Amino acid sequence: MHLYPSGDVEIVVARSEMGQGVRTGLSAVVADEMEADWSRVRVVQAPGDPAFGNQDTDGSRSVRNHFQRLREAGTTARRMLEQAAADEWGVPVSECVAREHEVHHGATGQTLAYGDLAEAAGRLPVPEDIDLKSPDEFRYIGRPMAGVDNLDITTGRAGFGIDTRLTGMVYAVVARPPVVGGRVRSYESSSALNVPGVLRVVEIPAAPSPPGFTCLGGVAVVAENTWAAMQGRKALEIDWEYGPNGSHDSASYRVALERAVGVPGRVARSEGDFDAARARAARVHSSEYFVPYLAHAPMEPPACVVSLQEDSCEIWAPVQSPQRAREMAAEIVGLPVEKVTCHVTFLGGAFGRKSKPDFVVEAAYVAREVKAPVQLTWSREDDVRHDFYHAISVQRIEAALDDSGLVTGWLHRTAFPSISATFQAGVVQPTDGELELGCVTVPFDVPNLRCEACEAPSHTRIGWIRSVSNIHHSFAIGCFVDELAALAGRDPKEYLLELIGPPRVIDLWEEESNAYGADKSVYPYDTQRLRRVIEVAAGEAGWGRGLPQGHGLGIAAHYSFVTYVAHVAEVSVADGALRVHRVDCAVDCGLAVNPDRVRAQMEGATVFGLSLALHGEITMRDGRVEQGNFNDYPILRIREVPEIRVHIVESDEPPTGVGEPGVPPVAPAVANAVYAATGDRVRDLPIRLG
Amino acid sequence: MPKQTFSVNGERRSVDVPDEMPVLWVVRDVLGLTGTKFGCGAELCGACTVLVEGEAIRTCVAPISSVSGKDVVTIEGLSPDGSHPLQQAWRDLNVPQCGYCQAGQIMNAAALLARSPSPTDAQIDQAQQDNLCRCGTYPRIRAAIRLAAEVERTAARAKGGP
Repeated sequence: MHLYPSGDVEIVVARSEMGQGVRTGLSAVVADEMEADWSRVRVVQAPGDPAFGNQDTDGSRSVRNHFQRLREAGTTARRMLEQAAADEWGVPVSECVAREHEVHHGATGQTLAYGDLAEAAGRLPVPEDIDLKSPDEFRYIGRPMAGVDNLDITTGRAGFGIDTRLTGMVYAVVARPPVVGGRVRSYESSSALNVPGVLRVVEIPAAPSPPGFTCLGGVAVVAENTWAAMQGRKALEIDWEYGPNGSHDSASYRVALERAVGVPGRVARSEGDFDAARARAARVHSSEYFVPYLAHAPMEPPACVVSLQEDSCEIWAPVQSPQRAREMAAEIVGLPVEKVTCHVTFLGGAFGRKSKPDFVVEAAYVAREVKAPVQLTWSREDDVRHDFYHAISVQRIEAALDDSGLVTGWLHRTAFPSISATFQAGVVQPTDGELELGCVTVPFDVPNLRCEACEAPSHTRIGWIRSVSNIHHSFAIGCFVDELAALAGRDPKEYLLELIGPPRVIDLWEEESNAYGADKSVYPYDTQRLRRVIEVAAGEAGWGRGLPQGHGLGIAAHYSFVTYVAHVAEVSVADGALRVHRVDCAVDCGLAVNPDRVRAQMEGATVFGLSLALHGEITMRDGRVEQGNFNDYPILRIREVPEIRVHIVESDEPPTGVGEPGVPPVAPAVANAVYAATGDRVRDLPIRLG
Repeated sequence: MPKQTFSVNGERRSVDVPDEMPVLWVVRDVLGLTGTKFGCGAELCGACTVLVEGEAIRTCVAPISSVSGKDVVTIEGLSPDGSHPLQQAWRDLNVPQCGYCQAGQIMNAAALLARSPSPTDAQIDQAQQDNLCRCGTYPRIRAAIRLAAEVERTAARAKGGP
């Protein structure tokens, strides 16, 4: 942070803003402890630089990882300002109190403004012993704070990756191999070059195998504007070699996954003896669940600018991992990484997509060949057809039940291509890390439990999308519990609570941190908190209330990113049409640093979850994605949006994260509500009614 | 190439581009007004919405020849200082998340309020049906349009209007 003699404060935020409100939230923490006047605070976006530590903005961890240290930073500044004032007045620092951009001396009533103390404070040693505020002294933390960028956004001034404009800039689009692993065999560019405005055609080398986060290769068309580049691309004639994924078919791949979960996989967690429990069971129930490939489809497709000079390079890009973008671009343009600057623009949505800088690598290739700054833009079709997809999955859960319908044994087999396969050869089944996203972390108090990872080789680029493997694991587990409740003739919510069992801490980790890299002594996995969000969501939703004919309520809860969320959905089915009327969402994220943004993230995650529950499906045939735009890969529209009520559980626990954990319970809550309304089980996403 | 002449945010502009070039790319790449966004290129998402003679138009498919001689208003020209009731309501209710679609949402809503100063919830949903938001700010978009309409009505009453 910087404090200027004018009194202006700049707070440098080294996380990417993609709508989660990180620029507002992190800055407010510093400003609060610093006793800065919020109206004097300006937020500055950090470029990609290891000096800021790991800048990857993912895993719902910006607030969780930085809350404490940002408080300490703010407090340190406050202490130095108090000391500077004490020195000026010749009084003990203990008599000086910083308050709202001034330091006050109680006994004499003197005050000094922060700006007037800036230079003297800056010369002081950094104090070691600092006292953080007590929570009742918070000014901004825990209060609803307006987004610092709202004015720029509502006036069109906010600069996204697609918005950078430089003198002499040219515009590029790329024709990519339609199949991952494919390459250009030959191409003819004369027609493209005849399109008015087209300047150059540049071939980009094919990606290695596995492709990693680099670009897919292909042919770039460079023009005076984006539209001319797109017209030029249409005129390219390219002979593609498709490679080994050219026969990938998602429908037959589903069948292969179904076979994979029919046989034992790699055991990732085992307690008790499932097989013995199964042999003793009064009844055995099993079901299989399917979730298709999903695309991120952020409203801003991948787009960036690369400007290459003789011995330096500047990038403007909407990236979640600016250091990775910088390093990968440096390699392409042949400069040491220190000579490359990666400015982080606003991200027009990201959801995990913009962690991968393949589009920046493409622009770097083009910039190397073209002596001008290059703006490279993906069309929507490019985005939908060349994503890092959420994994297609099949899961099979089997329960051994006793006479009363309670679970004595639990077997969960999960099969989906791994994210790791995108950058590591030979990975043919989900990794432990992916199973910890909702599969082995199942919160149920069951004596005999086994989780297995089953074979699923990858045929495309798999990536992480908002809440990652929790999406399919929560769907399967959330739906299966509802099935068991029905078999037992029990209320789904009561049955779910009974399955979770008495309050306890679940500890599956030998090391100090849990699945989300959080210190488990600070963030224990506490089933009491999961139970609580279930109770809150159910209570607020009026669980058990009378409903109109054809309506149903469904409930699901999930722990992810050390946050606890439960959803209750009310749906109706009439003439085969499913409508979601209302969703209640309860979240326990510890202390809600910016409660309005927590609310917004839960609203948004609910909409995101409804999009994948009701619409999301990417299919592949001959290795090619069959969808291309919002007509065939629809996302939720305003008319489909239910009333969404968010209930934040009051908590003094350390803050967790809220970007992702609101997604996983949505689909199973809706699926369970469909059952309540119709008696028909949903086991496939997206939900399609008979 | 023929010269296309039209007005953008009250200023007369002439550009040498092909007739069929979409207004979106003229505004963004030729005139440098980047508040209008590219989202789909197929009038499916509404991110590129501007006002042409007061009507909400999807600029990603509208050829530049279609606005020849007409008045185009982009988000940059909706108000001089972001004080349009919709912009204000958007801030008051903290509507934006990533913000990318919001210019299109606001411009689309501006056309709605111009023709229906007191829209019903159904009219709001109908009007904004083809403006997509992946962040899911829809509940707040609804509320902000209602708020802006209310503010406008109150202002009109204060001026002795209906």
